[in-house]
Amino acid sequence: MTITKDDLIDFVYDEVRMLDEGRYDDWLNLWTEDGIYWMPLDWKQKDEINETSLMYEDQFMLRLRVERLTGARTFSQKPKSRCHHVIQRPYVDKIDNDAGAFLVTTQMHYVETRLDDQFLLALTAQHELVLKDDALKIARKRVDILNCDAAFGNIQLLP
Amino acid sequence: MTTYRTKQDIEALVTPFQVHRDVYTSDEVYRLEMKHLFANSWVFVGHDSQTPNKGDYYTTQIGDQPVIQVRHSGGEVKVLHNRCPHKGTKIAIDRTGNTGKFFRCPYHAWSFKTDGCLLAIPLKKGYEGTGLDQTENGKGMKSVGAVMNYRGFIFARLAEEGIGFEEYFGESLSSFDNMIDRSPAGKLVVAGQPLRYMHRCNWKMLVENQTDTCHPMVAHESSAGTAVKIWEEMEQPEGAPKPPAMQIIAPFMSPYEFFEDMGIRTWPNGHGHTGVSHSIHSDYSEIPGYFEKMSEAYGEEKAKQILGENRHNTVYFPNIMIKGPIQQLRNFIPLGPDKTLVESWIYRLVDAPDELVARTAMYNRMINAPTSIVGHDDLEMYERAQEGLMSDGLQWVNIQRLYKEDEDLDTQAEENGTTERQMRNQFHAWTKFMTMSLPSEDALEAAE
Repeated sequence: MTITKDDLIDFVYDEVRMLDEGRYDDWLNLWTEDGIYWMPLDWKQKDEINETSLMYEDQFMLRLRVERLTGARTFSQKPKSRCHHVIQRPYVDKIDNDAGAFLVTTQMHYVETRLDDQFLLALTAQHELVLKDDALKIARKRVDILNCDAAFGNIQLLP
Repeated sequence: MTTYRTKQDIEALVTPFQVHRDVYTSDEVYRLEMKHLFANSWVFVGHDSQTPNKGDYYTTQIGDQPVIQVRHSGGEVKVLHNRCPHKGTKIAIDRTGNTGKFFRCPYHAWSFKTDGCLLAIPLKKGYEGTGLDQTENGKGMKSVGAVMNYRGFIFARLAEEGIGFEEYFGESLSSFDNMIDRSPAGKLVVAGQPLRYMHRCNWKMLVENQTDTCHPMVAHESSAGTAVKIWEEMEQPEGAPKPPAMQIIAPFMSPYEFFEDMGIRTWPNGHGHTGVSHSIHSDYSEIPGYFEKMSEAYGEEKAKQILGENRHNTVYFPNIMIKGPIQQLRNFIPLGPDKTLVESWIYRLVDAPDELVARTAMYNRMINAPTSIVGHDDLEMYERAQEGLMSDGLQWVNIQRLYKEDEDLDTQAEENGTTERQMRNQFHAWTKFMTMSLPSEDALEAAE
């Protein structure tokens, strides 16, 4: 199986659609077992372990985050939030079919709303993708928020 | 309309076990807090490792007052009002930087030494004979009333006169000591940037919540309870070690008895902590090599004693909390009666293994980030309370749990961990430092 540029671009479009439609089980299936979702706190942050990040989550934490959204006593999700991604055509930075390793960078606007509030984040998402059993999986996703050093209220869903 | 002008007006807002809702919602009370409470008390500014070299500065605020923490040429840390004495322009606008040997105002180039003293004014002859040198503005940037560097933590009192640092904090400094002593070198260094989390609620709700031990198992059931459930579903082999995430989040679901038994200690002037005997931080796994380093530095017995303390949250009145066992400091910065910026800082233990600061960074992002599933439910509670307090149905907030008549808050005490004594202690101190510089009714009438 050979991965094309279109396959990689479609993957990113499909992923944000799952998030916008709240299809979280499908979304969790996009990840490798040791996949990591990283959202730095500092602009161009290098150290994700020994400094604070907004998110640095393994599959246990992502599953917890997703299951919590539908819990009976998840008070901050009564009523529920909704989100919306508008993405640019992703840059395909690396296609290495021999190694089964791919890198895609996507600029996007992320909108989240609940009750009367709505906010917009400008983001750059970088996907490190790998081939596992003939399917693309996310080994690592890094999401840099343009104003990562600003003070935010709750960001409850997933950019 | 001015409702609150005198000592008596403010005293009437706090009873031994109730607080009037205006304390959280009134713009007038908020203005008085900024003018009196935050001027008369010792307020956290920053850590000296944020400004390690001469000329390094860090901008922040004390109450609503913009200030600069700066490393002066003599090596000591100064705290100056961030305002040019000429036209009021903020001297430094970025959060951190190095100003070299002097500050220079970007508007008219007045310059100041790093202790605030006026250095030069361009075209100075224009002020000859005008008497500028006789004015307070002619002296330079104003310093705050008093500054204390306590083992690297910088505190300031805005008021020129007032209570001394030692008297204000007293025995409560033992929590800072324990946090700092956990470094084999007895030294902390700030690690990375702070989380900045905006809350549409009064700053005191956050401070109260730090010793509120009856909310974790309720408000955080959705995160901690779900974590425990998922972990159980994962069918781990017998005795499998819990992942760090579980070590951090699962103790939030501990039963009431756990929190009752952990105890609360209060000190005079509004300080206090949860976790006298144990806490949610007690059962973190050991980091290889750390105890050996501590024993080398302090001797085995002292090392055991330092690491045996597991204080949970220590509140330093008026508006910070520290977690000694994980080297975290949260600063609840008031921005309005219904607006609070929470900054959550972490520190690295000098000469200790990196795994410790890694765990602290994990705690910080898991529990206190705007993206944290635990933080989400806390903020939801505060914001609902801020909105609910607008109801005229009831005028008072209740803090009566385990209240006893004739409670003496001016002495240290250790009590059941679910008591709301520390909240009462905070409001006792609130009244004291609010009214310290307010006129009495009689004095005001005489003046009028």
